[in-house]
Amino acid sequence: MNSLRQFIDKIKPNFEKGGKFEKLGSTFGAFETFAFVPNEVTKKGSHIRDAVDMKRTIIVVVLALIPALLFGMWNVGYQHALSVGDTSPICDTIWQNFWYGFLRVLPIIVVTYVVGLAIEFTYAQIRGHAVNEGFLATGLLIPLIVPVTIPLWQVALATAFAVVIGKEVFGGTGMNFMNPALVARAFLFFAYPTCMSGDKVWINDAGDAISGATPLGEIMVGNMPSPSVMDMFWGIIPGSIGETSIPAILIGAALLLITGVASWRIMLSIVLGATAVGLLVNAIGGNAYMELPFYYHFLMGGFAFGCVFMATDPVTAAQTNKGKWIYGFLIGAFAVIIRVFNPAYPEGMMLAILLMNVFAPLIDYYVVDANIRARKKRMQVSK
Amino acid sequence: MSAKNLKLIKNPLSKENPITVQVLGICSALAVTAQIKPALVMAISVTVVVAVSNLIISLMRNTIPPRIRIIVQLLVVAMMVILVDQFLKAFVYDVSKQLSVFVGLIITNCIVMGRLEAFAMQNKPWESFLDGIGNGLGYGLILFIVAFFRELFGSGTLLGYQIIPESWYAANGGFYYNNGFFILPPMALIIVGIVIWVHRSRNKDLCEN
Repeated sequence: MNSLRQFIDKIKPNFEKGGKFEKLGSTFGAFETFAFVPNEVTKKGSHIRDAVDMKRTIIVVVLALIPALLFGMWNVGYQHALSVGDTSPICDTIWQNFWYGFLRVLPIIVVTYVVGLAIEFTYAQIRGHAVNEGFLATGLLIPLIVPVTIPLWQVALATAFAVVIGKEVFGGTGMNFMNPALVARAFLFFAYPTCMSGDKVWINDAGDAISGATPLGEIMVGNMPSPSVMDMFWGIIPGSIGETSIPAILIGAALLLITGVASWRIMLSIVLGATAVGLLVNAIGGNAYMELPFYYHFLMGGFAFGCVFMATDPVTAAQTNKGKWIYGFLIGAFAVIIRVFNPAYPEGMMLAILLMNVFAPLIDYYVVDANIRARKKRMQVSK
Repeated sequence: MSAKNLKLIKNPLSKENPITVQVLGICSALAVTAQIKPALVMAISVTVVVAVSNLIISLMRNTIPPRIRIIVQLLVVAMMVILVDQFLKAFVYDVSKQLSVFVGLIITNCIVMGRLEAFAMQNKPWESFLDGIGNGLGYGLILFIVAFFRELFGSGTLLGYQIIPESWYAANGGFYYNNGFFILPPMALIIVGIVIWVHRSRNKDLCEN
């Protein structure tokens, strides 16, 4: 480690202002901060520096995603084995399944990171600012919310679209008003619907005997979801790579909440919103979907994943505490409304979060405005 | 043609482009650009309407009472739009079907009213006519760019001819799928945005502070 530090210190002057490779300064900076804690010292005035900088925040998110990722890899293998009727002894198959899924999922992750980071580095270089860590989380989120059979060139295209149109045109990390990972998914969903929905895409190399429909797909055509509630809870169902397992997502949620990276207000209010609308459509009834018990919505599709990892993105969520309640409640409510009432879109969570991302600044504006008015009123009364 | 008149045609193509700089006529730019053919027909229609309306209004400009000028302008534009609509129905019926209501909606195209108010009311007929042609072409240029990308990636064709080889498609054992997002109007908006982006990064004086 020490020799690496010495090496970096030795070549550093080349990349600083006036050096030989001045133009590559931010690329160098990115690798330096990747390896070591930045050794910059504030020189003017007094500032308080928090140890929780963006690097640490992003790493916590990445760590929180690991359980869902590992489970997703195993599930990819398991679903494949199930569909081709492979029944070997259980101990071996856990590793076999995991290995099978690992080999399928890894290329998607590699493609996302290579494409996304290449664009990030290029932009940082052109604009002359430091490379941001934001993409490290986005790059892992994108593979977790796509079907395993997705062609890699589509992943590359969607990642490029999300980073350029979803983020960089607005000024890069922290300036985007929509979650880049969801932008990538929405792009894929509208651009290549045959590769993103239906009953053919969720299982890699599926056998002919079995239907690969997700619970959301089944209820869409009016059948009750065929997996048991327990299967849906544990996540032993077809679906996007990382979205199926509730326990794996809850582990991530716990990590995010303990470290304070994600907001519990948003997570809780999403569940409340979905429950409220779920109970409401249950009370009205009418067709199979409206009579589906409300808690099914938490177990199917990307609800849990979106609730924990997508909606809580601090950049695109509402900032005020009251605003977070409104923002979360409406996400939950819209997700269920879109699922139940819109036959074109089986999954409502993605669209609900994107919609509320757009409205988050407006919510904040009115929350702040209401606070100002309430205080003004109080001031006048006391006069 | 004098240098001044030439400018009337050339400026709207870039620095005074009705779509990318004045941000007018966006609605139809999103609606008719899924394929190149209707986009071109639409561009020609708008060019004809703007140019001839400009000419007529410019001829009448000293006799129109200022208070009712908008109504007079609308009447002239409406007449032109009906003429163009009938012409399209008679000679290119299929394209006219595709454009459907958007030919009639040229009346509400901001470019038309904008040029009448801003130019034809103050200038001589010949200049006004050229200004109409220029702005129609500027509009058409952007329509063509947007439609080019939308048709190429959305349908794999250009002007109806297959560009992306059939054997590439997944249905024929290849790997390629047409990008359905390009068919949808939101993508047209994004393409217009990218065109504006490229345009402004090449002409720094267009950027606001």
